Amino acid sequence: MAIRSKTFRESYFEDIKLFKTMWIKSWMGLFLLVLVFLPFMGDPYIVYLVNISCVATIAALGLNILTGFTGQISLGHAAFFAIGAYGTAVISSRFLFPFWICLPASGVLAASAGLLVGIPCLRLKGLYLAMATMSFGVVVEYVVITWDNVTLGVRGIAVPTLNFFGYPLDSINKIYYFLIVLTALAIIGATNMMRTRVGRAFIAIRDRDIAAEVMGVSLTQYKVMAFLISSFYCGVAGGLYAYVMGYIHPEHFTFLLSVQYLAMIIVGGLGSILGSIFGAVFITIIPEFIKGLAQFFTVLFPAMEGKYDDAWNIAAFGLLIMLFLIFEPRGLAGIWTRIKICFKNWPFTY
Amino acid sequence: MNTGFMFFIQLMISGIALGCLYALIAVGFVLILKATDILNFAQGEVIMLSAFICYFLVTTFHLPFLLAVLLTGIIAGFMGVATERLVLRPMLGQPVFAVVMVTIGLSIFLRSMAGIIFGYNNLVFPSPFPNEAVRTGGIVLSQTEIWIMLSTFLLITTFFIFFKYSRMGLAMRGTADDQDVALLMGISVKRVFALIWAVSFVTAAVAGVFLANLMVINLGLTLVAISAFPAIILGGLESIPGAIIGGIAIGIIENLAGGYLDQIIGGGVKDVTPFVVLFLVLMIRPYGLFGKREIERV
Repeated sequence: MAIRSKTFRESYFEDIKLFKTMWIKSWMGLFLLVLVFLPFMGDPYIVYLVNISCVATIAALGLNILTGFTGQISLGHAAFFAIGAYGTAVISSRFLFPFWICLPASGVLAASAGLLVGIPCLRLKGLYLAMATMSFGVVVEYVVITWDNVTLGVRGIAVPTLNFFGYPLDSINKIYYFLIVLTALAIIGATNMMRTRVGRAFIAIRDRDIAAEVMGVSLTQYKVMAFLISSFYCGVAGGLYAYVMGYIHPEHFTFLLSVQYLAMIIVGGLGSILGSIFGAVFITIIPEFIKGLAQFFTVLFPAMEGKYDDAWNIAAFGLLIMLFLIFEPRGLAGIWTRIKICFKNWPFTY
Repeated sequence: MNTGFMFFIQLMISGIALGCLYALIAVGFVLILKATDILNFAQGEVIMLSAFICYFLVTTFHLPFLLAVLLTGIIAGFMGVATERLVLRPMLGQPVFAVVMVTIGLSIFLRSMAGIIFGYNNLVFPSPFPNEAVRTGGIVLSQTEIWIMLSTFLLITTFFIFFKYSRMGLAMRGTADDQDVALLMGISVKRVFALIWAVSFVTAAVAGVFLANLMVINLGLTLVAISAFPAIILGGLESIPGAIIGGIAIGIIENLAGGYLDQIIGGGVKDVTPFVVLFLVLMIRPYGLFGKREIERV
């Protein structure tokens, strides 16, 4: 038998397999096992952070499908997220519908908004698209604040507890499993889609839209599809966010949130599923890291006492976006791949 | 004359004053865009920072207003050169998305740092302009507004002469037209880029100082720059006259919407109208009034 090294694939089927090697499969199994037992060992705050990361992961996946894979810049993804969150909040608090109606409904609501933006935006690309999506975000933010009798405006909405078929998920540990399962589904769904014609069409459009069209990829169809799928993911993530937080307010869904999601996919890696997960987790825990750093500095310089606030986190996002784009455009996923290849090829350098 | 018509004229004229500010900001955007193909999302932060700097020069250091403005302009110019050198130069040749995101990163970084350093209080600029308004035939205009219109006119005329007749201005236009040919003609494209950023930031600083006089100084000043996006889209991304006309048009539209629609729909219409206009322009005529239609070759 030939010694297998590096990328050694004998059939097309092998190339598109979900888990490429036994190793990946077993590591994934181990990782899932750790996740299952996490609530029993970690402290509640870590579980809470994982919950938030799950929501962020789904939203980042959605944005990555549109921006990373299809190459359509969106500066207004907070709008889809907001539509999803308000969809769930309003439907579940007014009509007391269960989650299995609320979550798909918010996904569909966000997707129809995506259609509304996606179709007129077919003609736009680059800077123009960035501006169009940004103005969509501003308009949605305004609607959320002004449409008082549905969204309750600046008073915010309290969201009822998620009721899982008669079993209320009222603690962070209980909702944790629900989120893990949904996030896993979202990740598998996105990974699977990227192996099919649809996913490859998206990538072809990103790399060169005219070339893609010449090869028989219908630009109209696939660009609209990218908008639909992406906004659906974000809508569902928004719905989950409403359930996790239990209370939503227009201030949660500003332009800054759009930038935060963009930061996730840039830091994680554009056009990479793994990158979306890395980025979402990284950006979610970075405020904790800064908080720790601030505490450390207060010990050294007592004058720093009480100087820490949210602005430091936002400054860190901005700095991270700049540093990653300048020095590591492929993001954390790029670093990860490099390390992996380095080990795989050892002792050779390439 | 009936009051309805007077109300309309009043809205139009204060709209033009506001529009002049938008035009100034839009020119700042277009200068960079035309020469370097970069849309600088951090322009709003420059406006806000210059307002703060000018405020502190006037209040803490007790400098006379004109000297403070001059100093602010110089500082802004250096900021422009530094931004180009440190942040944008490494991004040469990267895709549009990456460049846009770098400027957005810079923008939120600067904004939050400004919050940390200058705080979140509203500061009121000690206005150098007399307080009493000018009344002519039932129309009321503050002196600040008149000065805004005058200075915009002056600055834009200066730009016009600079680009038309000066050697550096010609070099800049050449670079904007075709970088390779400019390089072959012995123009230092690097120096042109640095200077363009400096000029653009100085324009933003002037707009910032006037904005500080028109409203209170706080972090929210950055949003005014975002409201100038519709102006550059309406004018066509790469046209300076377009930016001026677009800016004034957006100012008028915004004021009219604020005057008439606010009563019907409820507060805040004024702030979203520019974005609705932007969306509509992008749908109907994406290259704006004076922009060039992009033809793609395979």
